[in-house]
Order: sequence, then C-alpha cells, then structure tokens
Amino acid sequence: MGEQRVVIVGGGQAGVQVADSLRSAGATGPITIVADEAPVPYQRPPLSKDYMAKGGDPAPLPLRGGDFFAERDIALHTGRAVVAIDREAREVDLADGSRIPYDALVLATGARNRDLKVPGSDLDGVLGLRTLEDAERLRSVVETARRVVVVGAGFIGLEFAAAARSHDIEVTVLEFAERPMGRALTPAMSDWFATAHGNIGVNLRLGEAIATIEGAEGHVTHVTSTRGHTYPADVVVMGVGVVPATELALQAGLEVDNGIAVDAHLQTSDPHIWAVGDCVSFPSGHAGARVRLESVQNATDQARHVAQMILGEERSPYGAVPWFWSNQGPYRLQIVGLVGPGMTSVVRGDPDANKFSVFVFDGDKLAAVESVNSPADHMAARRLLESGRGLTPQQAGDPAFDLKAYSRGA
Amino acid sequence: MATITFHHEGADDDVVEVPEGTSIMRAAVTNGVAGIVGECGGQAMCATCHIYVRDEYLDALPPISDDEEEMLECATAPVLDDRSRLGCQIKLGGGLTTVEVDVPASQV
Repeated sequence: MGEQRVVIVGGGQAGVQVADSLRSAGATGPITIVADEAPVPYQRPPLSKDYMAKGGDPAPLPLRGGDFFAERDIALHTGRAVVAIDREAREVDLADGSRIPYDALVLATGARNRDLKVPGSDLDGVLGLRTLEDAERLRSVVETARRVVVVGAGFIGLEFAAAARSHDIEVTVLEFAERPMGRALTPAMSDWFATAHGNIGVNLRLGEAIATIEGAEGHVTHVTSTRGHTYPADVVVMGVGVVPATELALQAGLEVDNGIAVDAHLQTSDPHIWAVGDCVSFPSGHAGARVRLESVQNATDQARHVAQMILGEERSPYGAVPWFWSNQGPYRLQIVGLVGPGMTSVVRGDPDANKFSVFVFDGDKLAAVESVNSPADHMAARRLLESGRGLTPQQAGDPAFDLKAYSRGA
Repeated sequence: MATITFHHEGADDDVVEVPEGTSIMRAAVTNGVAGIVGECGGQAMCATCHIYVRDEYLDALPPISDDEEEMLECATAPVLDDRSRLGCQIKLGGGLTTVEVDVPASQV
C-alpha cells in the first residue's frame, strides 16, 4: 500500500498534514501537493489574531519550514490550480495543461469567503480576511486607519475587531442576528461576549445589517445600516462566513451536500478519492448528524485519519472529539464538543472575572464545554469527552468538585 | 541575534540563529526543526511545541503563566517540573540570547 501515488489538492493545514502523516508512516510512493495559493503553505489562524494585533509579528508562520518538503520528497506545487479530475484515467488536470496521475486523491480544497454583494461592495477599502494576501493588505491599512466597520460578528470578524482595538481604531461591528457567534455558541456564552466586546470598546450593533457602502473617488467613506444609521469608515472588513470549495468535486460528479460529502471513513463517493478539512461534510457521531467543521483540529485529525486509511492501517470510522479556539483581545475562548439546539447549560467559574466555563448538556449527557480564560476546564472537558466518562450538571456547577482530578479518572 | 540549540534523541542537533524577540516555537517551525509542530500558531492552545529547557538556562526564562501550565498538562510527552515549557511562550532576547532545549520524542 505504501507505494501508491498520492495527489493532494490544497496546501492548507489539512493537505500538508496528509503528506506529512503519509511520509511519517513510511509511505514510499510519490506524494504531490498542488496548492492554488502562491506562498509556501502557512498557518492561517494567527492572521486574524497576533498577526493583526499591535506588536504582533508581521512574518507569517509557515506550516512546515526549512527544507521540510524537499527532505521528505514531497513535490509541492504552489500557485497552481487543479481545474479538473479525470476519474476514469485517475489523473488531475492543471490549469497549465499538465496532468498528474494518482492512485489516491485527497481533496483538501478548504473554503473561501462568502461574497456578500451590497451596493458599494466593490469600492476600494472593502476587504475580506482569509488568505495571507488578504491579511497583508489589511495589516498595512490598519496601521493608518482610524475607523473600521466589520460586517458580521462571527469568529473572524470579532477576532479582527479586538485586534483593531489594540491599535486604538474605532470599531463598529454590524451583525444582522441578535447574538454574536450565534451559530456556534450557547446563548449564555454568546451574550457574555456581546458585553465583553463592549468592555474593550467595540461598538457591537446586533440585529442591524449592512445596507449600502458609500464612497468618494472610488474609496469607501461610510456604511449605512438597515436601521438607517450611518457609520464613517476608512476600511470595511467583510466577515460573513465562508463557503466550502466544492467546484472540483461537483465537476467530477462527486456527491456534494454542504461540502464534499464523505462517509464515516472520510471517503467520497469514489473509493479512490478522499476529502479532509473545511471543505468536507461528514457524518459525525458527536453531532449525530452530517456536519462541516472549520477548524485546525478538524483539518489535522481528519488528515491523519485519511493518511492511515490510504496506507490500509486504519479501519475504524473517524471519530475525533472536535475542539476549537478563538482569541479575541483579552478573551481566550476554547470549545470542545458541539453545541446543539435544545441543550441546557451550567456555568462554572466567575463570568464577571472573565474566567468561567459553560458546560452544555444534552439531556443529562455532557455534549460540549465553552471556556473563557479557563484552560484547565477545557482540558478536563476534553479528557471527559474523549474517554466518554460522564459528568452530571450538579458536578459541573459545584465549585468544590475537583474536575481536574475526576477527568483524570480519580 | 540569538542562538537556540535543539537536541534530539538519536539525531544531530539543530542550531538555529534568530533575531531577538523570536519565540522558540517560531524559530523551530520556520527552520524546519523536527519534533516541534506549533499546530495552533503560537496561541498556547495546543501544547505541540513542548520542549525541555536545559538546567543552565532555567533562571533566564520568563515565568510560566497559569495558561501555559494548564496546557502543558495535556502534552503528549512526560512533563518535567521546571524544564517543561511551551516553545511559543519563550521569546529570545534580554537575558536569554542563547538557550539549549531537548525536543520530546512525540508531540501528538
């Protein structure tokens, strides 16, 4: 199995991890990564956090440095796009006309920013934030900007908003929903963050969407909201979510369902083709449903799983416990598990001291834990969810209960 | 400039020169030092840049924060009192312009 030709489409966290895990496990066949972005594969998470904050490091962090790819005989083609998959011949077609044959193909195509069209969204100064190129452009603007409007109170929008506050920029965030990060968080945590962002000077406008962007001489000057308010802006950052990059899969006739649809082993409807990371919708035992997750953990754990599947060393379904993090200025949010509708919450710790966790129960079963500045709770919760050891709402809410010792099996 | 020596069990050392202000994790990842992953990008969120600092440099280290200590507890390799640190939380410079660390056998 180790001599197979493996082609990986995408040079993000997932794609690079597949190649790394294959070689580390002793795969001897040719491994090729084709990435449409030009830079050497880099880490995305810092781009909206440390990279953007005052005093942050302006040099991007590579995913693997030095001679990693050459030393491991991994062919890395950056700045080149795969335009088609020939499933019958088992070859991928590149934009420059070349073709690369495969025995196993891994789609790690990621996601791209949702393109929200409003009047004026083509003005200069209206920017997105996902790629290094986006981040470099935004960072250079942030150094001189005085007023920023962020559209969308999701993770990226709020991480950027907090980073912009560290530059003393006036920040307004427009969110059409009634709660920030509402799709991912419990109401308790979401409401806490709404207040917390106010405390660092972010003007968070909930239930208020963007209507138009106005400009002068081709450059943005202000934003008008659906409530008729006007917000002056040197820069508008669009943070309205992402869409999975499924074009290749669709063109190749693979099943797509809010992402490239894979089975419990992360295999697509073609047994020679796998998919990993942000672009994938997979049946999750934790959610009890098909989900698509956007996180480093999901990308790297799925990548490790698929590498093992390709080598024939893994037979069990993919089942890693999902976890996430988001740094928003002074607030370090860590989440393990998945929050669903109709679940109940128990607070542990002191929200007024910016140090607490929300334990989320599905009936009497622990389903997820959201922690602010409480890594001990987060790590304990990860151990509990990974081991399947139960926790009662009473235990979670009891400050005298030794959670850490209990999570270690004591 | 500052100098970091990464010692590996059963393999040659990596000696890396970096500008002051660079973290041990960034130095390792940028220079392709084996065994240091830095999966979360230096946010003290993943404990995949766990290193053992050699005794003679311990006094020059910045103090360990509660967050770092908690995250270290989930590192894959055994945690050694004082010597175990997250590479992303130690920046070179000031009283720490040379340092030697041992890289654990496994991070994930």
